[in-house]
This record gives sequence, structure tokens and C-alpha cells, in this order.
Amino acid sequence: MKNKLKVLRAEHSYTQEDLAEFIGVSRQTINAIEKGKFDPSLPTAFRISRIFKLPIEAIFTFEET
Amino acid sequence: MKKERKKNLYTLAVWTWSWVATMALATFGPKYIWDDHTVLTVLAISVNFVHGILMIFANRKFFNNLDELQRKIHLESLALTLGLAIVVGLSYSLLDVTNLINFDADISNLVIFIGLTYLVLVTINSRRYT
Repeated sequence: MKNKLKVLRAEHSYTQEDLAEFIGVSRQTINAIEKGKFDPSLPTAFRISRIFKLPIEAIFTFEET
Repeated sequence: MKKERKKNLYTLAVWTWSWVATMALATFGPKYIWDDHTVLTVLAISVNFVHGILMIFANRKFFNNLDELQRKIHLESLALTLGLAIVVGLSYSLLDVTNLINFDADISNLVIFIGLTYLVLVTINSRRYT
């Protein structure tokens, strides 16, 4: 999945560590999601969307293969 | 969350080391400390067994506290380690049974292999997601 996590994080001036703390995951996980190396679970995606007050589909875009 | 993860890792380390220590005691105790006293040997093996079970519980707690990516990394590493342990272990055993090696296949060699394989695979998988 593509995502706008890095852009949103920068807009809110959050570090990866901050976001990881808010969501309850490791910094490595935030980094892997931002780089598109790992797709988060639905609960984690919901937590991210709640933090940025945006719907999930505004942050994550499913790519057809 | 981070604090709890550290605490769980510390608990796991403590139980792992105590399991290794009791294993050493049960292995070398009968020969060097209590001169093959059966009751003491049974007691040492029992203590080692209990410590092993407690180490497993500590490992489960640690595993359940990992986040989804860390769990994926460990799960992939465990799956590959299990597969390799079975394949390599049985090949090693076959070498012994067919007398292609001039020593007995020792299970401790397999345990060392499993430990090192898991360590290497966790390192490789962690780097894949960095």
C-alpha cells in the first residue's frame, strides 16, 4: 500500500518516535510503514487515522498488482 | 509500552540465564560436586526442567508484547529455524546412522545450530524492514 504517513507526520512536526509512542508500536514499525515495506494491520491503520483526524483512505491507498 | 517491552526482555534474559545455569549444574554436578548421588541428580534435573518451563512462559509474554512488525520478524525467523532444524537435524542423524561420520550425532550440536540460525535470521529480517 502507498501512504502519506511521512508527509502527515512532517506537517504535524511529529518524530517517528512520537508517532510510535502515540500508536503503541516501535519506531522501526513506523519507519517500515513510511517506506512501504510493511502494511499495518487494520487496528493500527485506524489509530493512525484517528491521530491525524483523517479517514483511512485519505492516508493509505491500495495498489492493484 | 517501551518500558514494558524492556521489562519483559529483562525477565526473559534472567530466566534464560537461570535455565542455562541449572543446565550446567545438572550436567556437571553429578561428576564434580555430589559424586553421582541419585537424589541430588534428580533434584537438579527437576529444577532445570522447572526453570525451562518458566523461561518458555517469559518468552511467550515477551512475544505477546511485541508489535505487529516485530512479531512478523520473529515469526518468519522461527518458521525458517524450525524447518532448517528438522531438515538439518535429520540429515545429521542420517549421517550418524549410516556411519558416514565417525562420531555420535549429539543433540547439543543441533541446539547450537538452532540458536545461531535464529539469531542470524532475526538480524537479517530486522534489516529487511529497516
